[in-house]
Amino acid sequence: MTSTLLLVQVLNGLQFGVLLFLVSAGLTLVFGVMDFINLAHGVQYMLGAYLAASIGTALGSFWAGLVLALPASLAIGLALEWLVFRHLYDRDHLSQVLATFGVILTLDEATRALWGSAPLNVPQPAGLSGGIMLTSSLGYPAWRLAIIAAGLLVAPLLWWLVERTRSGMLVRAGSTHRAIVSALGVDIGRLFALVFAIGAMLAGFAGALAGPVYAVAPGMGDTVLILAFVVIVIGGVGSIRGAIIASLLVGLVDTLGRALLPDLLRLALAPAAARQTGAALASMLVYVAMAGFLCLRPAGLFPVRRA
Amino acid sequence: MHRRTLLGATAATLAGLAPAVVRAQGSGPQGGTAGVKVAFLATLSGPGAALGTHMRDGWLTAMAQLGNTLGGLPAETLMIDDELKPETAVTKARAAIERDKVDFVVGLVFSNILGAVARPVTESGTFLLSANAGPSPLAGKGCNPFFFATSYQNDQNHATMGQVAQEEGYKRVFVLVPNYQAGKDAVAGFRSRFKGEIVDELYVPLSQLDFAAELAKIADAKPDALFTFMPGALGVNLVRQYHQAGLGRIPVLSTFTVDESTLPAQGDAALGFFTASDWAPNLPGERNTQFVKAFEAAHGYVPASYAAHAYDTAFLLDAAIKARGGKLGDKPALRAAIETVSFPSVRPSFKFGKNHFPVQDFYLCKVAKRPDGKFQTEIVRKVLTEDVDAYAAECRMPA
Amino acid sequence: MPPESPLRRWKLAGATRRVGTCGAPRMRPPLREKALPVLVLAVLAAAPFLGFGDGFALTLLARGMILGMAAIGLALLVGGAGLASLGHAATLGIGAYAVASLDAVGIDRAGIVFPVAIAAAALFAAVTGAVSLRTSGVHFIMITLAFGQMAFFTAASLSTLGGDDGYTLYARTTLFGARLLQDRLAFHFVCLGLLAAVWLLCSAVLDSRFGRVLQAARDNPLRVRALGFSPYPYRLVACTLAGGIGGLAGALLANATEFVSPATLAWTRSGELLFMVILGGVGRLYGGLLGALAFVLLEEWLSHLMTYWRLAFGPLLILAVLFLPGGLAGLRRRDG
Repeated sequence: MTSTLLLVQVLNGLQFGVLLFLVSAGLTLVFGVMDFINLAHGVQYMLGAYLAASIGTALGSFWAGLVLALPASLAIGLALEWLVFRHLYDRDHLSQVLATFGVILTLDEATRALWGSAPLNVPQPAGLSGGIMLTSSLGYPAWRLAIIAAGLLVAPLLWWLVERTRSGMLVRAGSTHRAIVSALGVDIGRLFALVFAIGAMLAGFAGALAGPVYAVAPGMGDTVLILAFVVIVIGGVGSIRGAIIASLLVGLVDTLGRALLPDLLRLALAPAAARQTGAALASMLVYVAMAGFLCLRPAGLFPVRRA
Repeated sequence: MHRRTLLGATAATLAGLAPAVVRAQGSGPQGGTAGVKVAFLATLSGPGAALGTHMRDGWLTAMAQLGNTLGGLPAETLMIDDELKPETAVTKARAAIERDKVDFVVGLVFSNILGAVARPVTESGTFLLSANAGPSPLAGKGCNPFFFATSYQNDQNHATMGQVAQEEGYKRVFVLVPNYQAGKDAVAGFRSRFKGEIVDELYVPLSQLDFAAELAKIADAKPDALFTFMPGALGVNLVRQYHQAGLGRIPVLSTFTVDESTLPAQGDAALGFFTASDWAPNLPGERNTQFVKAFEAAHGYVPASYAAHAYDTAFLLDAAIKARGGKLGDKPALRAAIETVSFPSVRPSFKFGKNHFPVQDFYLCKVAKRPDGKFQTEIVRKVLTEDVDAYAAECRMPA
Repeated sequence: MPPESPLRRWKLAGATRRVGTCGAPRMRPPLREKALPVLVLAVLAAAPFLGFGDGFALTLLARGMILGMAAIGLALLVGGAGLASLGHAATLGIGAYAVASLDAVGIDRAGIVFPVAIAAAALFAAVTGAVSLRTSGVHFIMITLAFGQMAFFTAASLSTLGGDDGYTLYARTTLFGARLLQDRLAFHFVCLGLLAAVWLLCSAVLDSRFGRVLQAARDNPLRVRALGFSPYPYRLVACTLAGGIGGLAGALLANATEFVSPATLAWTRSGELLFMVILGGVGRLYGGLLGALAFVLLEEWLSHLMTYWRLAFGPLLILAVLFLPGGLAGLRRRDG
């Protein structure tokens, strides 16, 4: 393995991590602040990809699709919050899991009925659809670099919003001292709806970014959802900082594990056996890491103090 | 495999007894009114649904042309979605046989679904016709008098690609397949005819979204060609990312990765990819031209081989039932009719081998853009002629 | 009385919501509470003779009963111990794979197959439980999910048992040398008998001193500790017991479909089991059975009715959560 190849794999891990971060940011806020488990968050990711692809195709420009998918995702997030989720805030976690699973079933199926079950053709981002040569022989897709850049832009912005602004302070206060904040005259209901909608928009943004790289198909959010949960558990529920670190960690562990494990095992096993156990182990690696973290640091890397 | 053959023999014996009963039921009103019931079992929801949709529409195109009759009998098709869950497929197939009393089960997109339903369906003495999946157990030792494949034995397509790689003189080939049985079979099939060096074999999980890590390895290894088998959404991801990673210089020899079910999503990125198939929309022959035209008129998209096989299956059944004079009861005679009857296939060289898998030609195909902007695979050249699959020799078909 | 605004309800609930886990104040059913499950079991016993005796109906009912069995085991964990496991399908899968691997070497005697399936699943549950129980609440859900996924990927890589494609059994398990399980009706009653036994066992466990400590630890672990009990061993035994029941259900499931595949261990199946428990009503053991039967029958009926049946199934789930807080089992006591 050459160092350029390793660099490419690290970039791949970062890019996957950035997408995971965009999805888990909303999930961790909603979970941490409202104590609400939203399985349907992955659906927002899927809808973002579908909206961006459809709008982009209709207007003939990927960029128009990307930009317009954001308010559309926001609106869908608000609508879902108003229709379903708001009635679940005062219920136990298991009821939330069940009801939001119902939302997944409904929206996955609705997507299938509207767009069909085949993967969608996504317009490519004009200007960024090619590759950038890192060395004379090794290229790297420009769009993946753009995804990394987008993540590096959003992450500090979000951290600043939650940790340093007045609204962010209210959100954090609302999560730990709900009664006091509402007694101070803050409309907690509206605040939570806002957090929810922003989370939905970020997931939609991630979906729109992922469209040109991955297949846009019904159920595409379910895999991402599980990994996003792994991220927020490792990072600490409710912590933006934790979500940033943990998503990059999960992205890198997953990608590098897949790239390196089969080769490492070849030192100890026969090539055929190494390849197969390597592939199986690599798919498990993220979960092994999560189990390990949960044993050693049950509250995650950056636990949010609770009242 | 002793037990399996024993079971097959028992099923055949039972089937021999069955006709008396069936004929007794059918003999009331004179002829015709009984009709044919077909269960069309395919993956119509979830990630594999695109293939099932092609297959279903191919069947419907045929049924429309046949006026919803098979061999002169009014035909009823029950559309069943296996949801790509073997357990669900078994439950639903049993329901179709025991509750709805179907005469045939056709369809079958994925090998694992076929593997699950094969026993329950054939043991009940119901004919099972696969229009796509053709796993090796059913072609070899586990061949079954009630099972027919109108498609291919899966390995044949991979072997075709191996032959191509050999003939093109590639020295170093990189292999990338999903980590499951069909993936391993693909490698074995490819290797059966390719004698050069396999630089590396990479196995990726079926749920793989991102091929970035693998593509970087391929670029680093600089092989003469890439052999890959990535069905459905996997293929959509791979092809698009392959293009983005700037690997276009390395030729791709693929099987079940680029076809008309995935091309609408792969678009320009798939141009120039090679695939091996027994059929392509531009396969010469009036019968085929007429099918593709009728299919596109009815469903508005280019058919894939799944559609063509389903279409052939309908006409095969039509011819076999006609040959039996509409008598479905005598199973051994009906089986013989399906084995030997000639029907108007869209493939010029179709006939069944002794293991009930087709003996047919295989072609090298390439993705191309048609003048109307739609994508399709187009035949480059014939690679294998009247190819018999590698497992047929192991089959001892009960008489 | 005017309807409360959601916000007001929210504030009111904020003070009380964390008190009871899963809204299950009491698991120990008084005698009259046993009337409904006994009635359900009686209906299941009579079903083959009331026009549901054809092969298809029996297959469907067997599926419902088997999943119901696993769901009762899970209900013991969720309702009884307050431990929501999202990896329960792994025990089901291990039971099924035990049948498959014994089948592959030619062993199909029930006397060997069933104990092995139960022991293997119980062992898995005990080992993973020993680790998972160090966490609680949502973290417990996630760590059980992690172990479930590991089991899933292991099963998918077992190439001798078909890997991702699954494995078709040569024959159903034999009982006393006879292929008793081959006959649908016999199989129906084997499932029913085992289902009743599992329910009685779990009820007895919850009624025992052991069960009372378990439930007390669910409601107030601090007080239980103060009384000198450590909840940990009690919870570990509950996990192991639920795991063993899952293994039994898995072995039966393998026999019902004569097919085993990694899909049995998928996390969505764990989710479905959890939903059966919640749909049926977390507060009662037999809620798992009611939920499983409702789930299986509803799925079958809706998919027969329309192509996009999940468009109806999803909203039904949501409505069930919103308007049936006690689950199906809570239906008849709403006025009380």
